Amino acid sequence: MNTLFGEKKEGATKIVLTRVDEYPEAPISLGTTLSNFTGDWRTFIPVVDDDKCVKCYICWKFCPEPAIYIREDGYVGIDYDYCKGCGICANECPTKAITMEKEEK
Amino acid sequence: MEYKPIRKVVSGNYAAAYAVKHARVEVVAAYPITPQTSIIEKIAEFLANGEIEGLEYVPVESEHSAMAACIGASATGARAFTATSAQGLALMHEMLHWAAGARLPIVMVDVNRAMAPPWSVWDDQTDSLAQRDTGWLQFYAENNQEVYDGVLMAFKIAETVNLPAMVVESAFILSHTYDVVEMIPQELVDEFLPPRKPLYTLTDFDNPVAVGALGGPNDYYEFRYKIAKAMEDAKKVIHEVGKEFGERFGRDYSQMIELYRTDDADFVFMGMGSLMGTVKQAVDVLRDEGYKVGAAKVRWFRPFPKEELYELAKSVEGIAVLDRNFSFGQEGILFNEAKGALYNTNAKPLMKNYIVGLGGRDFTVSDVRKIAENMKAIIEKGELDVEVDWYHLKR
Ligand code: SF4
Ligand code: SF4
Repeated sequence: MNTLFGEKKEGATKIVLTRVDEYPEAPISLGTTLSNFTGDWRTFIPVVDDDKCVKCYICWKFCPEPAIYIREDGYVGIDYDYCKGCGICANECPTKAITMEKEEK
Repeated sequence: MEYKPIRKVVSGNYAAAYAVKHARVEVVAAYPITPQTSIIEKIAEFLANGEIEGLEYVPVESEHSAMAACIGASATGARAFTATSAQGLALMHEMLHWAAGARLPIVMVDVNRAMAPPWSVWDDQTDSLAQRDTGWLQFYAENNQEVYDGVLMAFKIAETVNLPAMVVESAFILSHTYDVVEMIPQELVDEFLPPRKPLYTLTDFDNPVAVGALGGPNDYYEFRYKIAKAMEDAKKVIHEVGKEFGERFGRDYSQMIELYRTDDADFVFMGMGSLMGTVKQAVDVLRDEGYKVGAAKVRWFRPFPKEELYELAKSVEGIAVLDRNFSFGQEGILFNEAKGALYNTNAKPLMKNYIVGLGGRDFTVSDVRKIAENMKAIIEKGELDVEVDWYHLKR
């Protein structure tokens, strides 16, 4: 389940609750973010330039979806199943290592 | 450790502040509004003097933000507190739903104050009662002691059922009036009120949760039911915590309705908050004068003590419901609730609603006597004169 290191889609199945006692006591999400593939909303796509990246992970913190993960080599990877193309990461990156490019479908 | 109370002469507001200190609250959201301000001032003073440790004191720019800050704090697992009055409480309204909906056991003192206009800072219960449908537990204190005890119990009850709780005291009559309050030594409060065990926390990174997620028509309904059930469960918890409080500290709060000389009473006065102190005093006077009367003080308005009311209603001929509040287009709010609670039972005492004390209008022992005379007359006749009596009206 840990999207931080890229094991992203484990457990990404839609949870359907059929009995009231299956519900959590408080209305908290039950992994719904993982089963919600926001990647198909996208027009622009972030592209990371590892040469410019200083591994500050500001993009990881700001990304509103579970779309940015930290690769084994310490650079950031983008999971395009979840990246909705909002461009927040590109805007926040202090070294301008991320550019938003029009996605060709 | 043997219980030896520490007696202090404090205002109702200071009693609340001491209880917050003794409850080891971790986050206080502070915004001033008369007559609540001296609660958060006193807490700030404790902090400045180094009398409280580990407290995050968050000055905010409105009551809406105060409740938002408490919600955030409570969601991380912290014990959170704030205080307000009237317009400030109304401004929080939206956030009150968030607190209860997210099942966060925040405790708040509301100093009952009349809603404007006309502008008023005096006692009136309409502010808190207007929040009755937000999912908050509501405790009404009769005196400064009950403010102190109420805050401590509210945390324990709220954290057991995971719903927020409001402790309500009267503007000025309690908030700014000094009285002896028996306080509990810190170690004994710690035993009574251990650290909170939250349902979830935002800082448990191994089990991440999103709070306030979307609940579609397929799920929303179930979460509402869970709140309704938690409210129902709260009755038992209130009973147990109130009983435990009595066993440990000598003041028993096991009953949601405190009965005073009701055993052989023909009729009773029912109401909430500080006015019930006056009523109890009046009951003693009236008993000496030969009236068989008693008092029923509703301590908890949410959850509503339906079962206890039914037990009482079975044994009396009449109930004079004293409402220091009003729901326009209908009647006094406690009256409305009490009548509704009894409708499907076989207890049908004559019930009359007296609207008293709105906006801080004095309510005295002689007022209770006049009401007793009127109640006696209608019970003898077997029918009401009017159902809702604007008792003080200058006619
Ligand atoms: S914000 Fe930019 S520099 Fe920082 S980790 Fe992300 S891509 Fe690299
Ligand atoms: S474009 Fe938006 S969703 Fe995609 S990786 Fe950047 S911040 Fe995340």
